Amino acid sequence: MAKGKILSIKTIVAIGIGSALFVILGRFGSIPTGIPNTNIETTYALLALFALLYGPTAGVLIGLIGHTLKDAIFYGSPWFSWVIASGIVGLVIGLIASRIAIHDGEFGKKEIIRFNIAQIAANAVAWFVVAPILDIAIYAEPANKVFTQGLIAGASNIVTVAVIGTLLAIAYSKTRTKKGSLTKQA
Amino acid sequence: MMNRAVIEFTNFSFQYRAQTEPTLQDINLTIYEGEKVLIVGPSGSGKSTLAHAINGLIPATYPGEISGTLRVMGQDQQELGIAGLSERVGTVLQDPDGQFVGLTVGEDIAFKLENDAVSQSEMTGKVTEAAHAVDIYDFLGASPQELSGGQKQKTTLAGVLVGEVDILLFDEPLASLDPYTGTKTIELIDRVQQQTGKTVIIIEHRLEDVLHRAVDRIIVINEGRIAADLPAAELLSSGLLQEAGIREPLYLTVLKYAGCPITPDIKPEHIETIVLEDAAGKLRDWYLANDEQPEYLDCPPVLELRDLSFGYEKNHPVLHGVSLKLGKGEMVSIAGKNGAGKSTVSKLICGFYRPSSGSILMNGRDIGSDSIKERASRIGFVMQNPNHMISKTMIFDEVALGLKVRGMAESDIEKRVHEVLQVCGLYPFRNWPVSALSYGQKKRVTIASILVLQPEIIILDEPTAGQDYRHYNEMMEFLLGLSKQGITVIMITHDMHLMLEYAQRTIVLADGRKIADDRPERVLSDKAIIHSANLKETSLYRLAERAEIDQSSEFVRRFIAFDREARQG
Amino acid sequence: MKVKMLSYTDLDTPIHRLTGATKLLFFVLWSVSAMITYDTRVLVVMLLFSLFVFKISRVPFQQYAFVLYFILIFFVLNHLAIFLFSPLEGVSIYGTRHDIFHIAGRYTVTWEQLFYQLNIALKYAVVIPMALLFLLTTDPSEFAASLNRIGVNYRIAYSVSLALRYIPDIQRDYENISFSAQARGIDTSRKEKLPTRLKNIAAILFPLILTSVERIDKISTAMELRGFGRGSRRTWYSLRPFTKSDYIALALIILIAAASAVITFYDGSRFYNIFVE
Repeated sequence: MAKGKILSIKTIVAIGIGSALFVILGRFGSIPTGIPNTNIETTYALLALFALLYGPTAGVLIGLIGHTLKDAIFYGSPWFSWVIASGIVGLVIGLIASRIAIHDGEFGKKEIIRFNIAQIAANAVAWFVVAPILDIAIYAEPANKVFTQGLIAGASNIVTVAVIGTLLAIAYSKTRTKKGSLTKQA
Repeated sequence: MMNRAVIEFTNFSFQYRAQTEPTLQDINLTIYEGEKVLIVGPSGSGKSTLAHAINGLIPATYPGEISGTLRVMGQDQQELGIAGLSERVGTVLQDPDGQFVGLTVGEDIAFKLENDAVSQSEMTGKVTEAAHAVDIYDFLGASPQELSGGQKQKTTLAGVLVGEVDILLFDEPLASLDPYTGTKTIELIDRVQQQTGKTVIIIEHRLEDVLHRAVDRIIVINEGRIAADLPAAELLSSGLLQEAGIREPLYLTVLKYAGCPITPDIKPEHIETIVLEDAAGKLRDWYLANDEQPEYLDCPPVLELRDLSFGYEKNHPVLHGVSLKLGKGEMVSIAGKNGAGKSTVSKLICGFYRPSSGSILMNGRDIGSDSIKERASRIGFVMQNPNHMISKTMIFDEVALGLKVRGMAESDIEKRVHEVLQVCGLYPFRNWPVSALSYGQKKRVTIASILVLQPEIIILDEPTAGQDYRHYNEMMEFLLGLSKQGITVIMITHDMHLMLEYAQRTIVLADGRKIADDRPERVLSDKAIIHSANLKETSLYRLAERAEIDQSSEFVRRFIAFDREARQG
Repeated sequence: MKVKMLSYTDLDTPIHRLTGATKLLFFVLWSVSAMITYDTRVLVVMLLFSLFVFKISRVPFQQYAFVLYFILIFFVLNHLAIFLFSPLEGVSIYGTRHDIFHIAGRYTVTWEQLFYQLNIALKYAVVIPMALLFLLTTDPSEFAASLNRIGVNYRIAYSVSLALRYIPDIQRDYENISFSAQARGIDTSRKEKLPTRLKNIAAILFPLILTSVERIDKISTAMELRGFGRGSRRTWYSLRPFTKSDYIALALIILIAAASAVITFYDGSRFYNIFVE
């Protein structure tokens, strides 16, 4: 594996498959919370995990490509401000969290905290700042409307990633543990 | 004329970085230009590692330590690297979906050329030529979702041919194909080799299927070493296959039971070439001597489908009025081409979809209005790929999951899970992570996670796909044990040996209709039905024909019963 | 299970004959123009133009009918939200106030607000026909080649192609996984309490993620063996050559973009104001 290159074959394939997953979960993996107009967007748990597994380049591109394709294929037209926000989520999580050696099975308390700091920072920047500002700049929508929407989306994504994303990362790290120490029990 | 060596292993050993023992040990093997070589071996024998050495995936993708040398086309493997090797060796991998990266057949064939920045006009010509060579030209614009497994494999082969490599390497090419398509694949490989004169290496454990067309040599790998390197006729006449856990062609097993010696002189490598002479008489004697009739158990009915129809879209029905009955403790197989409606039937039984007409009765009661979850406590469904079912990292948790969500008390859960783990032979591993298990063991975990709900019926999609003879045997004996406890076992499968050896009945679907429902040996003797389900005639029928035994299906039945006794005795 | 998605149909119209690269550039510049401008005149002209082009493409209505339903819902909800949050946004933008009728409290319908929301609606509407056209008339096979041609790194372009290739496979996996999870009693519907629901979702996603990671390994191995990514460039089997109509289309979009920018910023404001006395 060419680890040195930013765009190794594995990263490229991860971007492709990650984007396809983003599309499918974005369309089918949206689960109602019971609070009106607020859904658990499981696709952001996936985005966070892939940014953690495959790094910031994969993170930003899965966010951009996945979100564009999802909007385009199912809803006819991409909503650019949110597409860019998704890219930022992947980028920031990748930048802060990708040094975690999750492939070697390392995901304890320290790493969980680091991952969650990364995802909270990423979602906060993307949904509390970038998405609303772009909505105002591009679509001239009312400020109080877009900031409220950003707040709801950001908060719900933070919770989604904190719970589902963390659970998935822990589970993934457990599949990577060394096998040598195992013994059969009678 | 002595051909030049294209692959030379000299005292070659390889140890994966994460393992404590070398996977390949002291391999000495030379393959010459234009040869067709078959490499067989059970799972974990190191045969795939050998393939990865030839195409450069070790050490590039799977790191580890190499000792000794491997020269490919006269150059050192490590100096060539994966890039240099890919110019000389073209690999057809076993998973057709992982290798088919293009959006259409044409693009996928062109993939290597695109990467080499070949001009578009040159590319078009080469793609056309390769597509004709494998007979996929009419599908150049088709997407992978529109193709069958065999068509995907043809595309992959064409994609390798455009690279103008010297060596074609097939890594378990039959693993995901039905019997008929498998036969066609072996014929295609043979034709391509004769037309191009390239060196062909086939890695497989389905020996009899590969021998449908002649090979120059068979190399048996066992426990990381070369256990045999012989022409087919000599290998089949030796006892080396049994020692390595590879199943010999079934017609040879019958001949042995009938007391006929297998020697290279009788040309045992193909059912059509084998010289029978006085063996035919011995076979007839054996047939007459083993006329024990089976006891047909009368199973009270558990599940009944009445006139079931269904379509995913309006006006496009995929099932037309299918009716069938299943008895308690019966083992039944369902066969049919892809798209014939096999998986649709099981999804309707489980309640994933609702039939457009007809009804499903369980113990005489219509279960049409029961939810998926309600049905699941009586009907379990085991998917082909165990990785699609496993949601927990620890074995115990995985098996307990279905009980936990049903709100059972912890102590009861523990008792029930431990019982099931005992039955499935997984009890010693109960505190292991699932990821530490082999593919076959994972499959058992998924079966355990279904059995823990104590279903009356269990449906399995290709229960033995991708498993070697030993694992096949273990899995099937285990399922047989379940059926003896009164659980009805439904198997969706293409595997004809499995049907013959374990199913009491075989149901065949074609174009959404039931076209056969009978004892497997009778179903498999009907050429029209075989054809419509993409199955093929097994060598046993041909042997019966050649020995002039009229009742070929009865001959097959007697063989299976005898074989069962012999293997258990 | 069949779920509707927008997909390409092979027709022979002037729009279909344009290369993917042209249509992609056209769509990008068109969208940027539509984002920048708030000039009602420009937007109306653009909308009429896009509808005209849409008609030329002869895309059958049932190909995209289902999307219109989603768009309509989004449209209505978004406009209600804008009004609820900021009923006098238009008044503050245009600096005048002409009341039509009063509803309750701070909610009064004004001409300024209606005009402002009409502009938002137009901005959104202008992009839709072009986006639909791009998706419905561009062969996905040409997509990666087109991205590469307009300057995107071929590796990234190929990842888009991979995404399109594997969306149907992943959808099938997702369906199978959630079916088998449901059969074991893993419920993600409203019947379960939220914390349980979250845990159950993770139980469905986990096998999907693991098989995807495995799939990534398999595909990268296969691509490595077939020589992907070694050169600094690659060629494309499905690339189509530029023709005269491609150059005409590109000239047209540059003209439109320039004109829309000039008209929009001519008077120093993005907003076209009809309320100036």
